[in-house]
Amino acid sequence: MPRVVYVQPTGTQQEVELTVGSTVMSGALTNGISGIDGDCGGQCACGTCHVYIDDEWIERIGPAGERESEMLMFAAAVQPNSRLGCQITIERDLEGLTVYLPDGQH
Amino acid sequence: MGSMCPVLDPHSIPIEKIDVSDPALFQNDSIGSFFKRLREEDPVHFCADSKIGPFWSITKFQDIVDVDSNHAAFSSDSSRGGVALEDRVRRNFIAMDPPKHDEQRKAVSPIVAPPNLRNLEGLIRERTAAVLDDLPRGVEFDWVERVSVDLTTKMLATLFDFPYEERHLLTEWSNLSVTVPVETDAEREKLLQPCYDYFGKLWAERQKQPPKNDLLSMLAHSAAARSMDAAEFNGNVLLLIVGGNDTTRNTMTASVLAMHQNPGELEKLHKNPELIPSMVSETIRWQTPLSHMRRTATADVWLRGKHIRKGDKIAMWYLSGNRDDEYIEKADEYIIDRKNVRQHLSFGFGIHRCVGNRLAELQLRILWEEILKRNITIEVMGPPVRTYSNFIHGYESLPVEVSS
Repeated sequence: MPRVVYVQPTGTQQEVELTVGSTVMSGALTNGISGIDGDCGGQCACGTCHVYIDDEWIERIGPAGERESEMLMFAAAVQPNSRLGCQITIERDLEGLTVYLPDGQH
Repeated sequence: MGSMCPVLDPHSIPIEKIDVSDPALFQNDSIGSFFKRLREEDPVHFCADSKIGPFWSITKFQDIVDVDSNHAAFSSDSSRGGVALEDRVRRNFIAMDPPKHDEQRKAVSPIVAPPNLRNLEGLIRERTAAVLDDLPRGVEFDWVERVSVDLTTKMLATLFDFPYEERHLLTEWSNLSVTVPVETDAEREKLLQPCYDYFGKLWAERQKQPPKNDLLSMLAHSAAARSMDAAEFNGNVLLLIVGGNDTTRNTMTASVLAMHQNPGELEKLHKNPELIPSMVSETIRWQTPLSHMRRTATADVWLRGKHIRKGDKIAMWYLSGNRDDEYIEKADEYIIDRKNVRQHLSFGFGIHRCVGNRLAELQLRILWEEILKRNITIEVMGPPVRTYSNFIHGYESLPVEVSS
């Protein structure tokens, strides 16, 4: 199971193993990582699983989709490396993926 | 009004005759049984004849998420009738489609973004504490007026930096804007003219002053808002007044009523105050302070085998979706520590999702933190009077007695 690293705005790192096929959002909820709410249950409809992708991973993760970009438009503190965690599916090669949580998402 | 009529059994009439837009059903609190029948027998329901004309009802949780997320097929634009079953001509960003919606919403959203909320928290707590400390002890009073209206009006005055002594005007305009019955939309707009004049004056003042952190100043200095015409400016001001007022107000009242009806949940909360955020979400679901949002089909669409035609009115009944057992376990029950408590429809989904949801949650969280800190007991002394509206799901009054 690939390890994913979540970094809080305070710098605290949490490293968890996620099942292939789960998402960065659902993985955070399952492991009690604060800062990700996932209010719509992963349907790309609420924007409460906003994360920043680490520079090293940007190319592999790729840009946000059309609907995802629409939702991100209304999230706070959006950056070029912003993505919604529910739209990133965990695959085997994501071993070591690092994502940063925005300040005050919750 | 509705409360004088006998309560109708939803199974006593043919399903096609059911009209869930009748405000009396909300006022006498029988609406839940009508929605239950629609969810079970006809979840995408057509009502051919009602006071507001023919309309579709979407009653299941997942169908509502799908419609809400599809702004291309289901328009919010005021030129097609806007976001309430009763057509409104008023123009504001909730009643616009992209790209105009996007510009205007972005002008407003920073005020309720996390950094600004952190600045507001201290002030909200101070004002909440003062309201609770001033409550009479051992005599009956109206919770809606003394607490819910007072707190939300104070918050609104703070957000707008509205002249504090005249803040009662905000409540009056909010009521006038949505719940006070008037004959026509044009008449309503006429009654609201003093509101538009007042805000027009404030806007002109703020435009001349350097930018500040209040909503009006932010609007006056934003590029998107500067290009709004008078009707759009007025519409957006009213949207913020109503959005920041009725919804939170009614959820505050609901929290007291829900605890009264579910003493076991109150006990849970006293034992474990860390449940407050979860309790806040559950109360927002349980109450669903906006019963519906309306859309208009921009093209022919098929939903659950029903043919919705271009131009048809569609109500997404959040109040019904939030009671959908297929999506939410024991949806009729009030359970403050339920699983996935945040997964409710009350804020809507998609690009029109409530912009002030974090502020609303913050206000409710602080209210209950301060109630628990004071260890006050709130006794509900009689049934609430409910609002005569198919849009605002709320309370006119709730008699209580407080002791500590």
